[in-house]
Amino acid sequence: MSQTKPYRVSHLDALEAESVFVMREVMAEFERPVLLFSGGKDSIVMLRLAEKAFAPARIPFPVMHVDTGHNFPEVLEYRDARVTELGLNLVVASVQEAIDNGLVRELPDGTRNRIQTPVLLAAVEKYRFDALFGGARRDEEKARAKERMFSFRDEFGQWDPKNQRPELWSLYNGRHHPGESIRVFPLSNWTELDVWHYIAKERLSLPSIYYAHDREVVERDGMFYAVNEFIVPRSGETVQTRTVRYRTVGDASQTAAVLSDADTVEKVIDEVAATRITERGATRGDDKVSEAAMEDRKREGYF
Amino acid sequence: MSQAVLETEEAAARSMDLLRFATAGSVDDGKSTLIGRLLYDTKSLFSDQLEAVEAVSAARGDEYTNLALLTDGLRAEREQGITIDVAYRYFATPRRKFIIADTPGHIQYTRNMVTGASTADLALILVDARKGLVEQSRRHAFLTSLLRVPHLVLCINKMDLVDWDREVYERIADEFTSFAAKLEITDLTIIPVSALEGDNIASRSEKSPWYEGPSLLHHLEHVHIASDRNLVDVRFPVQYVIRPQSTVVTDYRGYAGQVASGVLKPGDDVMVLPSGLTSKIAAIDTADGPVDEAFPPMSVTVRLTDEIDISRGDMICRPHNAPAVAQDVEAMVCWMDETAPLRVGAKYTIKHTTRSARTVVRGLQYRLDVNTLHRDESAPQLGLNEIGRVKLRTTVPLLADEYRRNRTTGGFILIDEATNRTVGAGMIIEAQ
Repeated sequence: MSQTKPYRVSHLDALEAESVFVMREVMAEFERPVLLFSGGKDSIVMLRLAEKAFAPARIPFPVMHVDTGHNFPEVLEYRDARVTELGLNLVVASVQEAIDNGLVRELPDGTRNRIQTPVLLAAVEKYRFDALFGGARRDEEKARAKERMFSFRDEFGQWDPKNQRPELWSLYNGRHHPGESIRVFPLSNWTELDVWHYIAKERLSLPSIYYAHDREVVERDGMFYAVNEFIVPRSGETVQTRTVRYRTVGDASQTAAVLSDADTVEKVIDEVAATRITERGATRGDDKVSEAAMEDRKREGYF
Repeated sequence: MSQAVLETEEAAARSMDLLRFATAGSVDDGKSTLIGRLLYDTKSLFSDQLEAVEAVSAARGDEYTNLALLTDGLRAEREQGITIDVAYRYFATPRRKFIIADTPGHIQYTRNMVTGASTADLALILVDARKGLVEQSRRHAFLTSLLRVPHLVLCINKMDLVDWDREVYERIADEFTSFAAKLEITDLTIIPVSALEGDNIASRSEKSPWYEGPSLLHHLEHVHIASDRNLVDVRFPVQYVIRPQSTVVTDYRGYAGQVASGVLKPGDDVMVLPSGLTSKIAAIDTADGPVDEAFPPMSVTVRLTDEIDISRGDMICRPHNAPAVAQDVEAMVCWMDETAPLRVGAKYTIKHTTRSARTVVRGLQYRLDVNTLHRDESAPQLGLNEIGRVKLRTTVPLLADEYRRNRTTGGFILIDEATNRTVGAGMIIEAQ
């Protein structure tokens, strides 16, 4: 045989092709899709995939940021720059505004992850979004390992893990009645390392806090939290300057940094490949609330 | 480490290929332990996950760390000690990246196994060496064959509990091989293992000097999957038409989709179904620029030399190698809905490639007993987890191939029009 071409597809290319397929399916079958964009690395990858899916046309849907009001300024700056660069329509669903209007009440501990959910659901209702792209990955957390690519949500945005639609081949069932919606997770099959490899391959810029820098932190429950307006040192805690970076970007009052010297994407890849602690385990205070914290939040309508 | 070395490693990591496999087995055969072991041995298990599992195990009074807790992520699963639904897990070695569809061993088993196997390159069935083949081992082998999963691995587990007795292994292996001979299973590998102790999982064990095959991980890393794709029959279901409303890009009209099979190249003569109109491929575009060829599973955008009316649900193929354009379809259907059975005369939505239509069940030829393979021709309906040969008539033609020839253009789902639930999975036997 003169067949010399291997027709090889690397795993990253296969993952990209699958995600692009999913995005096009949604655009073809839904009325009002929106992409959840926080300025975090997963949603940055999502935006790149959306560019790829519809090129040379523009990304054909708006993006939405559920803004807890507890932001890292570098991330907000990045968000706005990227939105402008791509000519996107940005919808901001503000938790602070919702607190001011009495839609939700600030929790005693001041954290806002949990009260994001009603704010998200109110925005979905207001704009009548029927498909919401999220950057969640199944490797992040055990409840997420059970999540479908197309995740049906009832009119209250609730996830029912016992009543999910089976997903076969690449035939995704996005049918829903008015008021119901589908959460779509094109990165379901990606791991943290895949995301970093893709960032390197595509030369994507990220908010600077993903790379090692010096920051004033306090050590709390074994994690390093940046000292800022949301994290005030408690008695017994000492403020120290450490070289850190962030593995995830979330509510600044609950997202911890990790000690790291990785100041380039190559070094981060090296570090992620060697780490023995999951991304959420290392950085998210909210997941430590209970064994099923993520599942419980998802049932309420969280991503 | 030097920058050059890092870049080489990084390039190597980027060029790994992807193997999807589904695991099956009956309750207590050690499936969760095996998955836990694979994750552990490939350093894909993280210390915080392990600590969390150890803490929960200790709190529950388990005698040893219960690795099943790693995979049973939901409250109800932990409360009841059972696995409810398919979960997906990930690990990688320097050679390959793996996606495991971890399908539960009991409760709704057929449905879950079918779901996990639909996208799998390989199925892994576990049996307990002490018990030998059980009903479920045969059922899972049959489902692997029905879903045309190209590779099958039988792991004979708990070999430590039979003192690594070669005769036990050979007896089970022989029995399974003769059963598999009745099915369409082309590649079968049988490996004696102890998931609990890690023998023959990541490396060959000294406890089985009589076993000359590979360890499980070695087999998973080396099994040849590149030829499993159909590179012969060009099938490009049109997913979405890209027409930028832009002053910069004008007059662009591209047909976006994922190559289901075959190889497309600029200059190729093509036919568009169902219209039957012919044209040539002008270019194959991606966001990174045009490419010389496209093959599965690439997602690309095809432009043609002629202005013809093409929309979502149409199919681009070659003029002398086309799928059937058919409203009458015979298929094996696995029923997945617990609330209502599949009935003759009932109407559903059918989703096939990028095309959706309405369909009516014209007939149920037989219901298959997945344990004995006996055909019951008097069955009036298909209940949850039942499989049967069904005749369907669709409102618009499907552009379909036999499932045995093409898993993408041969598979479909049925959706209940009132509840919108996915109620059935079908594999086309004949379309006309």
